Amino acid sequence: MNIPTLASCVAAGKSPSILFWVGCAGSFDQRAQSISKAFAHILQKVGIEFAILGKEECCTGDPARRAGNEFLFQMMAYQNIQTLNGYGVKKIVTTCPHCFNTLKNEYPELGGHYEVIHHTVLLQQLIDEGKIRLKEEGPFKGKRIVYHDSCYLGRANGIYEAPRKVLALLDSELVEMKRCRSNGLCCGAGGSQMFKEEEKGTQRINKARTDEALATSASIVAAACPFCNTMLTDGIKGAEKEDTVKVLDIAEIIEKGMITE
Amino acid sequence: MTALQFLEPLLFIAFTLVAVTLVIKRGKIILKTIQLGRSEEMKGSPIDRWKNVLLLALGQQKMFRKPGVALLHLIVYAGFIIINIEIVEIILDGILGQHRLFAPLLGSLYPLLINAFELLALLVLLACIVFIIRRNLKSISRLQSTDLEGWPRNDAMIILTAEIILMSLFLFMNASDTLLQQRGHPHYSQHATGNFWISSLLYPLLNNCSNYTLVVLERTSWWLHILGIYAFLNYLPYSKHLHIILAFPNAYYARLEPAGKMENMPSIQQEVIYAMQPELAPAESNTNPPRFGARDVMDLSWKNLLDAYSCTECGRCSSACPANQTGKLLSPRKIMMDTRDRLEEVGKSLAKQGTWQDDGRSLLHHYISIEEINACTTCNACVQECPVSINPLDIILQLRRNLVMEESNTPAEWATLFGNVENNFAPWKFNPEDREKWIQSS
Repeated sequence: MNIPTLASCVAAGKSPSILFWVGCAGSFDQRAQSISKAFAHILQKVGIEFAILGKEECCTGDPARRAGNEFLFQMMAYQNIQTLNGYGVKKIVTTCPHCFNTLKNEYPELGGHYEVIHHTVLLQQLIDEGKIRLKEEGPFKGKRIVYHDSCYLGRANGIYEAPRKVLALLDSELVEMKRCRSNGLCCGAGGSQMFKEEEKGTQRINKARTDEALATSASIVAAACPFCNTMLTDGIKGAEKEDTVKVLDIAEIIEKGMITE
Repeated sequence: MTALQFLEPLLFIAFTLVAVTLVIKRGKIILKTIQLGRSEEMKGSPIDRWKNVLLLALGQQKMFRKPGVALLHLIVYAGFIIINIEIVEIILDGILGQHRLFAPLLGSLYPLLINAFELLALLVLLACIVFIIRRNLKSISRLQSTDLEGWPRNDAMIILTAEIILMSLFLFMNASDTLLQQRGHPHYSQHATGNFWISSLLYPLLNNCSNYTLVVLERTSWWLHILGIYAFLNYLPYSKHLHIILAFPNAYYARLEPAGKMENMPSIQQEVIYAMQPELAPAESNTNPPRFGARDVMDLSWKNLLDAYSCTECGRCSSACPANQTGKLLSPRKIMMDTRDRLEEVGKSLAKQGTWQDDGRSLLHHYISIEEINACTTCNACVQECPVSINPLDIILQLRRNLVMEESNTPAEWATLFGNVENNFAPWKFNPEDREKWIQSS
């Protein structure tokens, strides 16, 4: 696919309305790359002019900060804010709740002021505006879908409803896990746990959460975070259910379910 | 007038003065230890803060995430506060050597009020019995946790038992009083109030008693009730039960920013700016290097310390904690209990020596282990659950900062992560030149 970088846009005298912050997982992790692609496809189909930073994008610093390395976080933040402010970026959309949280809540006091929006919220807006229309006989018709709340969207930023509203529009059965919304159980990846082995315990956190998802008998676990996606996918593989249960990002679900002329 | 009639008020005034003096002294020590914490900027409007006081503290909004137990708790809380209105009369009676001072003033309203108090007293008593049973049920894991071994478990039982005793004394006091009125006892029938709803149910137990026994019972109940309240007042600041007071300021000072936002460290922000733009750096830096993160309670903010004193060890945080629930060592409740225990240790030493002298101990390592803080997923479930606006996560993250930045003590995988972020601008070791390669792969 063809996605312009902000640098090439500036060179061509264009100023796209929104920057798609892809994030490290979305850029490098194979599974998360397909989420980036699905979301970029949606934006292109809807006709939104957007760009990415490409090589100029760096880790927001979230995992370093949460692991205790404030120096490294500040270095990454400094670099990113220099880049973003240099381009005069006003609005950012991202598919990663961790990037979302850092860009939206932690960059402003370091001099980075942007309107930051998570992709699930943008998708909901586009559906509300009628820009995304969903197929009557879509691939998710009649399927049972369960949504897993990402901690950095939910408790950290109070976004519980946008992802659900998007999913509710599919012709499928949206169910909830026992612990959902503000009670939602973490997938186990936050706070930099994604990058290290869990501490000693009796069970893996992603297994505990996967068990809750499997208990709903849903065939699709909808995620809104690349790390939750990895953790739950691993959990489902561990339970040997990968043939019957899939973990999909909301962007992937909408891309498959939307009408394309 | 007999000598006793003089002696009683004098004795009462003496007890009151001692009780109030002691509680003020203890309160000052707590305030002083909280002030050991570093300052913290309070962002947001006072209106939002008062809203939290009304909803979270007064309205117990978060308690109702578990409706059944919330209702019982509300009964004990409301009951206890409302019944304590009666204490105004008891104290004035005690000081002035009167009996039921308000009865003639309030007229027919008086028995109505006492009836309402009695009803609440019965409800409080029953709720406390249910709480004692619940505490000893094996099925409620947060109340069985090893966090509570020893003193904390006894603390809870002492409070519940004390409340049951206080409520019983109140009812026995009224029962013997009204029974003496019925029998035309010269002193008690001067303050006729009629029977009360609940205490009259105790008559069968007392009908066989002589007037003299009843007078002794009434006086004893009266004295034990008020002395019990004074004792409770003084026990409170040593107990987890302090939350009945501190829940209010703690709700007021709760953070209003999104829960996902970590506190900034301006000193490091400045240092990074100087490193990137050396022209901005001052020629000579003579400031002492600041402490990075928190190693001990004095490094935490005063709000963290207020949090520690506000904790009532209910364990809702730990029962929602993904690490704790999957058998990891981390328990957010223990983080708060450890912080308070260390603070008490520091406070004691302060009271003894006047100024703080390093005792070679610290919150990190001596109370909270590395394994505990490294198990946290920063999911905010503990913060979300706490009915009294405590933030254990904030403490955990400050301890992590200290571990990493002062001790360079971090798991090997995180050291690799740091290296990757620094050199490859991503947590994994990918070539940064490949960042946009995903575009081409479809």
